[in-house]
Amino acid sequence: MAAWTDISGIKQRIEASSAEEITASYLETIGKSRINGFTTVWDKALEVARGIDKDGNSGPLAGVPIAIKENISTTGLSTTCSSKILEGYVPPYDAHVIEKLKAAGAVILGKTNMDEFAMGTSTESSCYGPTLNPWDIGRVPGGSSGGSAAVVAAGEAPLSLGSDTGGSVRCPAAFCGVVGLKPTYGAVSRYGLISYANSLEQIGPMATTVADIAILMDVIGGYDHRDSTSINRENTYIDSLKEDVKGLKIGVPDEYFGEGIDEGVKKAVWDAIGKYEDMGASWKKVSMPHTKYALASYYIIAMSEASSNLARFDGTRYGLRVEGENWHIMASKTRALGFGEEVKRRILLGTYALSAGYHDKYYLKALKVRTLVKQDFERALADVDVLMAPTMPTPAFKIGEKIDDPLSLYLADVNTVPVNLAGVPSISVPCGFANGLPVGLQIIGKPFDENTILQAAYSFEQNTDHHTKRPWEVA
Amino acid sequence: MITKEKVEHIGWLARIEIDEKESDAYAEKLNSVLDYFGQLDEVDTDGVEPTYHVMDVVNVFRKDEVRESLPQEEVLANTEHRQEGNFKAPRIM
Repeated sequence: MAAWTDISGIKQRIEASSAEEITASYLETIGKSRINGFTTVWDKALEVARGIDKDGNSGPLAGVPIAIKENISTTGLSTTCSSKILEGYVPPYDAHVIEKLKAAGAVILGKTNMDEFAMGTSTESSCYGPTLNPWDIGRVPGGSSGGSAAVVAAGEAPLSLGSDTGGSVRCPAAFCGVVGLKPTYGAVSRYGLISYANSLEQIGPMATTVADIAILMDVIGGYDHRDSTSINRENTYIDSLKEDVKGLKIGVPDEYFGEGIDEGVKKAVWDAIGKYEDMGASWKKVSMPHTKYALASYYIIAMSEASSNLARFDGTRYGLRVEGENWHIMASKTRALGFGEEVKRRILLGTYALSAGYHDKYYLKALKVRTLVKQDFERALADVDVLMAPTMPTPAFKIGEKIDDPLSLYLADVNTVPVNLAGVPSISVPCGFANGLPVGLQIIGKPFDENTILQAAYSFEQNTDHHTKRPWEVA
Repeated sequence: MITKEKVEHIGWLARIEIDEKESDAYAEKLNSVLDYFGQLDEVDTDGVEPTYHVMDVVNVFRKDEVRESLPQEEVLANTEHRQEGNFKAPRIM
């Protein structure tokens, strides 16, 4: 049963058969997978589904299966960030979003592959090996939430959660032809998300339709006292599911169509903007002059925060331990063996950027540039309702193409990282194909104005057929 | 410029053992990224405040009262290095 089914379709099928049968059919599909999207399949998934059939559950996701990224804590279910250093680690508690999903009746199918500690754009740096793109198994699914996007695209799960520090939900959504949202910073609790760069990241939903993204946000969003950066603000995301963009003002930043952009991507995105015009929206060019510095600022901040956040993986309390004659040697040997190359590079660079003599040159400078990038968004969004641009400058690249040159991999994030520096919400929706590979349209909104970008995305989806195309895996 | 010696020093600060054979390769890759970061020198940031955090949130406090916490058994379940309810690690000094 490798097909794309949305939440309402699954509910109808549960009605006709049972939650257990639906979960069983997804588990069967996962069993035949050729894309290495799942790292662990939960051995209690069927039991949970049976419980829902038996006890009834009126939650919005009753009996609906979902896949969860490897860096979101799940009680009793391995959570390793796809890193050898966390091999065998089983969290004793659930992340806030997992508590919410369980209360809503969702059935967790298992955990999905990612770049080690979410540091990457291709899901190649995982200790479980790369995930393959369901549209072309010679290509990457994007990253870092590559597993979460690929399993949805391959029909192995109808929904998933990822996390987005610099594009890690939107990039794989674009590369795999599904929908992915990075919420406003503070809209979804990070409690239980294993931190990489805590001032930048948010957990975000992935699905085959915009409506499912809104339904999922209504479940996982909202205030949580255990995340001190959680913002107390009510919103009903499904209110956004209205087909109307008349009068919508779109800003198109020139800087997002810069050097290295693929012609096919450019065409698909401009065709989409043309479609909006046909539907009654208007667009104008806007300038965001600090965009070119966002990438360096982002990487300095992300690496600096990572050097601090990843200090906890020292072999003392969980995961790998390599013995040494004292604690420092034990920790140094454990971290040398447990972390992969890219994670080590980022910790080393972050440590350097924060060290005496270099703090002002790198870290403080990056934070000041962050202010300028954020002001670019404030200026542009004062004038228009949303910004539209390509999510990624190219379609999915080949496996192995960029892995040995970290800088070339960083450059792929040019259109996604500014959004995280500014903390604004952004969604990637399928808007066509370039050389047979999916292209994502990125729609960026004002802080906490998810509903405007969801409505714009929903209206586009209702008036186009890009989201109905299927990869070979589910064709 | 990060030298080979500097790589080993940062490795020590970050508690990541780097052997001599690896330090050249690290120095090369780290320097290529640092060169790229150097482009921020072009940006005029005089009088610009740093953004540590995008939202205007200040410290969030809770009442200092005893609450239920995770059971000790479960917290210690992820390591075999434990003794009498504690994590057991090699000596620090």
